[in-house]
Amino acid sequence: MNEEYSPEYGPRWSDQRVERLLGVLVCTVVGLLLAMIVTVIVKAWPSFAHNGLAWFGAGGNVDDQLNAIFLSGQAGAEYIYTFHAWPLIWSTILITGGAVVIALFSALFVAVFIVEFAPEWMSNILQPVVRFLASVPSVIYGLIGVVVLVPFIGNHLVSEPQKASVAGVISLTGYSLLAAVAVLTVMIAPLMVSIFTDGLRAVKPGWLEGSLALGVNRWRTTWKIAVRTARPAIVAGTVLAVARAIGEAVMLAMISGSVGFAPNPADGAIFIFEPSRPLAPTIVKNIDQLSSPPANATLFAIAAVLLVSAAFLSLTGWVARRSMKKYGAA
Amino acid sequence: MDSSVATPPAPAPNPPPASKPPKGAVEGSATWALADRIGLAICWALGLLFCAIAVAVVVYLFIQGITYLKPSMLVTPAAGGFSQGESGGFSDALFGTVIVAVMGIAIALPAGIAIAVWLVEYGRPTTLARITESTIEAIAGIPSIVLALFGTVIFSSTALGFFSRSTEGVVFGRSFFAAGAMLSLVALPLIVASTREGLNSIPRHVREASYAVGKTKAATARRILLPASRPQVATGAMLGLGRIIGDTAIIVVLLGATQNFAPVEGVGFPLNYLRGAGTTLTNFVYEASPTGNLNQPQKAYAAAFVLLLMVLALNGAVDVVHRRARKVGTWSS
Repeated sequence: MNEEYSPEYGPRWSDQRVERLLGVLVCTVVGLLLAMIVTVIVKAWPSFAHNGLAWFGAGGNVDDQLNAIFLSGQAGAEYIYTFHAWPLIWSTILITGGAVVIALFSALFVAVFIVEFAPEWMSNILQPVVRFLASVPSVIYGLIGVVVLVPFIGNHLVSEPQKASVAGVISLTGYSLLAAVAVLTVMIAPLMVSIFTDGLRAVKPGWLEGSLALGVNRWRTTWKIAVRTARPAIVAGTVLAVARAIGEAVMLAMISGSVGFAPNPADGAIFIFEPSRPLAPTIVKNIDQLSSPPANATLFAIAAVLLVSAAFLSLTGWVARRSMKKYGAA
Repeated sequence: MDSSVATPPAPAPNPPPASKPPKGAVEGSATWALADRIGLAICWALGLLFCAIAVAVVVYLFIQGITYLKPSMLVTPAAGGFSQGESGGFSDALFGTVIVAVMGIAIALPAGIAIAVWLVEYGRPTTLARITESTIEAIAGIPSIVLALFGTVIFSSTALGFFSRSTEGVVFGRSFFAAGAMLSLVALPLIVASTREGLNSIPRHVREASYAVGKTKAATARRILLPASRPQVATGAMLGLGRIIGDTAIIVVLLGATQNFAPVEGVGFPLNYLRGAGTTLTNFVYEASPTGNLNQPQKAYAAAFVLLLMVLALNGAVDVVHRRARKVGTWSS
């Protein structure tokens, strides 16, 4: 009405200009990502160059190594780079793997339940619950883990003889693999559920009806038809959850025990009560050492490993989804 | 016996438009094999477990929060002290969260909308569009601790010394600017994805009608398409906001992890705080938890309670937007 022809859509905001403007912005974001990858790898290079493949191997106490690296930078003498990250990598694998396996199993069941089997009222409750669990900040999960779960494990699940049996090596206080896996599972399962439900909803109803018409019951129809058709979504959700689990730093720094120790499955049942520290929390714990050049390089090397694993993950997910796409559904 | 073949209501003049038959009208689980019924039981158990966990988290934090949260904590900054009674509140952390959220979303929202518009409406050359898509996806998958480390490199460079404190040429690189900028990257993928979804749901003929009356693509996007996908944009923004508020790693690394605001001297009012270090609620909870440097669990409960209230409010807002959008209805194409 009172809006006359405004020059903002005249030549000044012509299509070509807008397109170019937006294109520049898009290129900036792409460039930022490339810059990040390059920066992190360049910064990390000294650490990798000094250690070679032994960087990923075992040997010595990681915490002592980190300390020596930091101090060498402070002293101004010859820099020390020796670093064998295996305990941290092993801890990452154990905690992420455990959490993802449990979360995948339960998220699949819950997603199937929400989409197919839950009564109306139940799925109306479950959906907000899942969304809520996915949006709780990790530090809150960490706090609850520290004040509730860890003391519970330390006081009730680990027996005194068990504590005594490893007393010389490590102290079992409840900060453990078990606590880390449990809390991490609660963090990533809702993420998976929300992506899985989207995938299951997108399955063409005709396919399901075809199976039902053949006399297959609803349970088997869901698992044989719906879940299989939704595999790309399942892969996508799992990849996202693994990425989140690998990168989770603060919550795990709080409850994993923060000891550079590689839990040993050969120890038997107490293995799950042993403390450790994954890669990402190591960065958080040692963040005030950034000022020391060799420590800086080492922390960036850890970040580079995280970055490469994240990139590798999205690539795997992309390839898997691409090869599955020909079987139909989204 | 008779339930083995569920008989649908005999006259079905208008089949329900929904893809699924109404629940309950289909077969029950009574005829299934035992394994299938066990599976269904697992479903129920896990579903109830999820609810139980959510209820436990909320109830636990509410009880602890109401016990320990005093209104005065919201307005007193943290102070040095030996007991939990002496060490003040967490007003600086609360304001810090607000500042960081506003800064992060102020960068991420326009950028995210612009990228989504470019992807959906322009998207040429195709190679660049595909690269951009994978870039956004990659950013979503990058651990925030890596973003934080990258941020220390960018903002410690002398060229960007303006954004933080610098003494004798050495740039500190920790400030609200640094944290806000990096946190916007955390929110960006969510906003882009949500906005794209909204734009894609608008049928082709709406655009064509707009072009037919002589509007340019840019004008169509601004006047027609973006207003029409407002619910999705709002949803994306609120999801992004939730992630910004909840992120801790970037704050710990890039905000200096002080207990209070540390404004830079000799600069005008808003800038001295924004260029200085500070803290947020997540950082406060991290530091005040039994594993942190402060070890004041009661304060940690109180701050976590406030944080949880924020998250709940955001979730509620997303719900409201969704419901309103559904009431208005979608495009009938």
